[in-house]
Amino acid sequence: MSGTLEVLRAGALTTVQDLGRPGWAHLGVPRSGALDPAALRLANRLVGNPEHAAGLEITLTGCELRPTRATTVAVVGAEADVRVGQRPGDTGRPLAVPGGAPLRIGPARQGLRCWLAVAGGIAVTPVLGSRSTDTLAGLGPAPLRDGDLLPLGTPANPPAPVDVTMPVASPTELRLTVRLGPRHAWFTPAALDRLLGTAYQVSPLSNRVGARLSGAPLPRAVAGELPSEGLVLGAVQVPADGQPLVFLADHPTTGGYPVIAVVDDVTPLAQARPGTTVRFHGPQR
Amino acid sequence: MRIRPVGTHALLLDLAPPEDIDPAAPPSRDTEVAAAVEAWRAELWHRRELGELVAVEIVPAATTVLLDGVPDPPVTAALIATWTASAPPDGTMTAVPTAASAPLVEVPVSYDGADLPQVADHWRTDVPGVVRRLRDTEFQVAFCGFAPGFGYLTGLPAELAVPRLPTPRQRVPAGSVALAGRYAGIYPTASPGGWLLVGRTEVTLFDVTADPPALLSPGTQVRLVER
Repeated sequence: MSGTLEVLRAGALTTVQDLGRPGWAHLGVPRSGALDPAALRLANRLVGNPEHAAGLEITLTGCELRPTRATTVAVVGAEADVRVGQRPGDTGRPLAVPGGAPLRIGPARQGLRCWLAVAGGIAVTPVLGSRSTDTLAGLGPAPLRDGDLLPLGTPANPPAPVDVTMPVASPTELRLTVRLGPRHAWFTPAALDRLLGTAYQVSPLSNRVGARLSGAPLPRAVAGELPSEGLVLGAVQVPADGQPLVFLADHPTTGGYPVIAVVDDVTPLAQARPGTTVRFHGPQR
Repeated sequence: MRIRPVGTHALLLDLAPPEDIDPAAPPSRDTEVAAAVEAWRAELWHRRELGELVAVEIVPAATTVLLDGVPDPPVTAALIATWTASAPPDGTMTAVPTAASAPLVEVPVSYDGADLPQVADHWRTDVPGVVRRLRDTEFQVAFCGFAPGFGYLTGLPAELAVPRLPTPRQRVPAGSVALAGRYAGIYPTASPGGWLLVGRTEVTLFDVTADPPALLSPGTQVRLVER
């Protein structure tokens, strides 16, 4: 009942992702994992997998796959066309794929990433407890290439009795709640006003490590270098050029630039295309 | 010690003296701060092992210890404020598994790094003088970062701090032993790098199939013995 998933076309960036490898940051190992864990969890539930099973994170251009055996899949996340053979399918619900039938996902019409769950999960060998591709540290399987063969696990449960779920909204403007600190005292009051009062745009240099933003630079009140300190998901780090960077799943475990604030929930950034407007707001001001 | 909130699920224990926010102040207390970081790291790992602290990550760094994945940060911060951490005499009472449960890791090093003469200049000695000093220093892993298994080794006095290369090398080979600031470090994998190269080792520093995967985890005592 297991089988193989053949990668006919890998697309721009398709990686294996589960819920990551937390607990190793003290050794310099990033958390990694799906950029929108709730989306991957939902996709897994739809196909009857445990929520932590590994699936694929598919970026913008989509990908094309072919299971060797009949299976059930679900795609959750960005709005994208899904085709099973010649038949159109839907995102957000379980889809039966006959053995040998090509499964085409994307490109994304709106948003940036979607998550594909396959019944039984992607069964590549776990590394430090996770099957996730870590694009920063190079742990886990390499990003998919055309012709790769991915082992599939044995399905545990039948697909969920769900007809359809709501698609994930991908607005052109994101409002992200932040808490100031831990190093907001390293910035001028004007910097805090700019952070909370002006719009930033998602830069094309953004990736799984972080969403780079461009907009009003955030001037420092304290010059010099901050001794390296631990980083969390959602940390808004401000490097020398003053342009903020919001750390995502593949963020480094420590960093030497001050963190002005931390975003409560970074998952909307997983769908933010370059050019998307981001506004920060915080309860403190 | 100050405890700073970090987002909704984390706390940063800041062990730097308040004047250190002024980078013009002399880094005279570096050694004491590093000892305090190590003491708190060991204390917090121990408390977690005893079930008195819930945190997914306990991440020491240069002057701080980050607790991430904390269910109720204000409650945890109040609790930590009632604890004390005393520096273990020589790091032997680390409560967590360090590499191979050994108090000391000896790393055989061939001291043939390209930047030895430059380090000798900074230290006002000759190359054999640098090698002797590194060979005889008792290092300790203060924290990891930069790459999985890359340990920042303390043990050199503040006056022997060296600058980074003005332009980093495109590729530093795996196993390179290097210095930057007051730290020594060993590159676990080939990568770009701006540290001054003093030698190399054949030892594997990071192996995902090993337990623990990093040879040099925080708290581990290290000697860079001459090969």
